[in-house]
Amino acid sequence: MNSETSFKRPALLAAVLIVLIALPTIADATGYSALTSLATRILIYGIAAASLNLVLGYGGLVSFGHAAFFGIGGYVVGILYQHYSLEEPLFGFIPGTNQMLITLPAAILISGLAAAAIGALSLRTGGVQFIMITLAFAQMLFFLFVSLKTYGGDDGLIIRRTNELPGLNMRDKHTVYYVCLVITAAFFALLWRIVNSRFGNVLVGLRQSEKRMAAIGLPAYRYRLMAFIISGMGCGLAGALMANFLRFASPDMMHWTKSGELMVMVILGGVGTLFGPLIGAAVFIVLETTLASWTENWQLALGFILLFVVLYTHGGVQALVLRLAHRPENRNRFSESTMRRFKVLERPLRVRKDARRSNGKR
Amino acid sequence: MTLFLEQLLNGVQFGVMLFLMAAGLTLIFGIMGVINLAHGSIYMIGAYAGTFVATETGSFWLGIPAALAAAALAGVVIEFLVVRRLYGRDHLDQVLATFGLILIFNQAVTMLFGRQPLFVQMPSILDGSVELLPGLSYPIYRLTIILVGLLVAFGLYLLINRTRIGMLVRAGSTNREMVRALGVDVRLLYTLVFGLGALLAGLAGFMAGPILAVQIGMGEQILITTFVVVVIGGVGSIRGAFFASLILGIVDTGLRAYLPGLLRQVMVGPEADALGAGISSMGIYLLMAIVLLIRPKGLFIRNS
Repeated sequence: MNSETSFKRPALLAAVLIVLIALPTIADATGYSALTSLATRILIYGIAAASLNLVLGYGGLVSFGHAAFFGIGGYVVGILYQHYSLEEPLFGFIPGTNQMLITLPAAILISGLAAAAIGALSLRTGGVQFIMITLAFAQMLFFLFVSLKTYGGDDGLIIRRTNELPGLNMRDKHTVYYVCLVITAAFFALLWRIVNSRFGNVLVGLRQSEKRMAAIGLPAYRYRLMAFIISGMGCGLAGALMANFLRFASPDMMHWTKSGELMVMVILGGVGTLFGPLIGAAVFIVLETTLASWTENWQLALGFILLFVVLYTHGGVQALVLRLAHRPENRNRFSESTMRRFKVLERPLRVRKDARRSNGKR
Repeated sequence: MTLFLEQLLNGVQFGVMLFLMAAGLTLIFGIMGVINLAHGSIYMIGAYAGTFVATETGSFWLGIPAALAAAALAGVVIEFLVVRRLYGRDHLDQVLATFGLILIFNQAVTMLFGRQPLFVQMPSILDGSVELLPGLSYPIYRLTIILVGLLVAFGLYLLINRTRIGMLVRAGSTNREMVRALGVDVRLLYTLVFGLGALLAGLAGFMAGPILAVQIGMGEQILITTFVVVVIGGVGSIRGAFFASLILGIVDTGLRAYLPGLLRQVMVGPEADALGAGISSMGIYLLMAIVLLIRPKGLFIRNS
């Protein structure tokens, strides 16, 4: 529902897009040229967070290991570049490359394969076990890359030059920004299609009631696995872009705190909304940058902000803004999120009992 | 043979440390349904408070009550201010709120003690080794840890199975709603359980001090391993946590001790060491993945 409303406001969307297109020019004109790289990072993390949101928000599956796919995407770019610059093929027959038209699809493909393997195993469990097993797989990959001395081990891989795109000067920061912007726009358009498709509806239905979906005759496991794979591919794409932007890939990209940060972005923006994760990524990165410039103890402030958001705002910054503005549509969303919290949708016959219990708690 | 026995003892010692952490975590999981990432922070608080007092007063023994008190206090405060609001919320909120707590505690400890790791001198009685078997001498301190861990395990067994509080804990982990309906003050029970878990984590943190460095991030390292223990043992099962801790401790230590050597026979020295270290770090996660695939609820939970 939220995603629809987001697109029902084409004027707002167009305005945001125009600002994003004009951003590098504005940044240079006002003298804040660092703004462009900040915006590039926001776009990239926005893709990663939105991918995570597909399983987390729409699918209701709390994956604590999505940094693994982010890191895999980065390492695909890094490893292909290393073999390109050393001019020795990978495994003896795959030539390295520095062409973005090859590295990005390769990163998406490999992270999709990894997500298929990890998802196929993890989705056999649920609840706490699912959180922990996704974390475990991410840790496994983290330690694997730490121990691969050929690819830099602990220190990571330096990519001397950003991948090439035919006809573009990729050494220019602005060009990299626009490439990321185009990819982000395409990605969100695709995500919008997915979320509003039959597949997206089934996914949300599975979150609300697996039993009901099973009764209709839909295979929960297959739908969830598909969502997990798409989500892994999105994170891989983001990782590949990040490796290109930073010209660096390291095990830190798949550290478990990175998975945590992606989740923080999702919840900051609003779980289960289309553009929420992008807003969340923006809030997170801007917060991190400004807090870090004020004090070296920025993590303390970030921790408190996170606690506040989780404990007192239901639905992240987006919902908070809407609530402050007293929008009637928001009131509807609120009652729904409350209903979801008490799982009324799952057991309609016990609505009364559940409501009474929740009253008794307070 | 003596090397093998020594590694086995090292594994058991690591295992009981894990158990001290896992016991609290599994109870909190099982009874309150809360994923508490901040459990590692409590371990760190215990280590820092104990080490600080021990260094200031010059007495290792005074560090113990300091560590226990600081950890239990931190636990009760966390429960009262944050975790209490998370009961009944979904796992995502719990993970994120306690992730926020980790950031806060790590930064607060950095501000108080700086980034340099602290070291604590162990008391002279526990310094040195004893000869257990001819040719096998083992540090007294590590033996003490094993002993303390086993005593705590036995104490917990008595507490859970022989006392009224233990009965409530068992009842709470089976059917929370029923316990509340019968008029038990569940809030107090929750705070007690959380405090007990924190106390054990603090003890583990302080005992780890002389072996490992007391530093920022020490909590997260052991936390993730502890999660593996809890999940393998089965969420909510103390018995499961105990056996899973020992298994993981031994497997992890064994891999680290023997794998690089085995790899060195097929590869070049330094690369074998790096790969061996990497694979042995992966070992426990691999074990967890296998266990979950065979028994999704953990080893010691009966399948319903």
